Amino acid sequence: MTDPLKIWIIIFFLGVGTYLIRFSFLGLVGNRQLPKWLIQHLNYVGVAVMPGLIIPFLVWPDATGGTLDAPRLLAAGAAFCVGIWKRSALWSVVAGISVLYFAMFIIN
Amino acid sequence: MKFSPTSKKSAFWLGYRDNIAFWLIVAPFGLLFGVVATEAGFSIYQTMIMTAFVVAGSSQFTALTLLHDDAPTFIILATSLAVNLRMAMYSAALVPHLGRAPLGTRALFAYFLVDQSYATSINIYTNNPEMTLSQKCKYFMGSFACLLPVWLISTLLGALLGTKIPPEYALDFAMPICFIALSAPMMRSLPHFVAALVSMIGTLVFISAPYSSGLLIAAFLAMISGVQTENWLKRRDKND
Repeated sequence: MTDPLKIWIIIFFLGVGTYLIRFSFLGLVGNRQLPKWLIQHLNYVGVAVMPGLIIPFLVWPDATGGTLDAPRLLAAGAAFCVGIWKRSALWSVVAGISVLYFAMFIIN
Repeated sequence: MKFSPTSKKSAFWLGYRDNIAFWLIVAPFGLLFGVVATEAGFSIYQTMIMTAFVVAGSSQFTALTLLHDDAPTFIILATSLAVNLRMAMYSAALVPHLGRAPLGTRALFAYFLVDQSYATSINIYTNNPEMTLSQKCKYFMGSFACLLPVWLISTLLGALLGTKIPPEYALDFAMPICFIALSAPMMRSLPHFVAALVSMIGTLVFISAPYSSGLLIAAFLAMISGVQTENWLKRRDKND
């Protein structure tokens, strides 16, 4: 079990930090523009963080004791392909979950 | 979408209406966060305070993931805040439209500057240059009046259900699917693919980097690779 103090510290600083990021330009900087190179890098924040976050769950899923698991790989592939195809987070979730349950049902 | 200042419908309700479709994304996402947070050992109070105070689902999931890996507090905060850096871009993009609003209003708007309300607002502001400042503000308020209650209620439901869901439902995999769903629609071009690939390979290569800093290193390299690929494509097009 995680230490409750650690949880509270994370909640507090994540909340304050996120607020300051949102407030930054709207609140303090006013009409000045961000440097171009920074905007260009910020464009990639989402695709730079999220795939890295996912990959350990794919390669070493906790639930299977850390071995590769076909239903999870198939589900991830389906969610990814449908997400690109439909450009929609919702359809991607629906595809991922359906394939996961269907594959677990067939294989196990 | 065209905005007509003579229409009887107020800007507030227009903003509300334009965001109703996002209930379909926000509600399952909130539900899932409630479930996963409870499973990670959060009390209902902690889950609800976090969700109401941070209001940024993907960074909340990031924090949970790293807590689960027992990463140090500093790394958890740095990585989760990195996920939210895109909001600095939103904040900057709204300045030409909302920058002249009173400080209190801007401070309130900053609290609920989420992907959906940013996307719908910037779209209507850009397409309707004749909108007044007051109409723009009302539209923005409508967007978050539409989404915030759904986000809070669905998280609460998830937290209440949380521990009652048996392991056969493979909820361990709900979070990765959510992240795939959020990032796949962002793969708009080759540089985005390159960045995603570098992010995945980098995370695996640096998996045993000290203090769970692997993801942060990988994300940093991925951002640089994305920008470099973009610049390379531009140079190539110029030379053609």
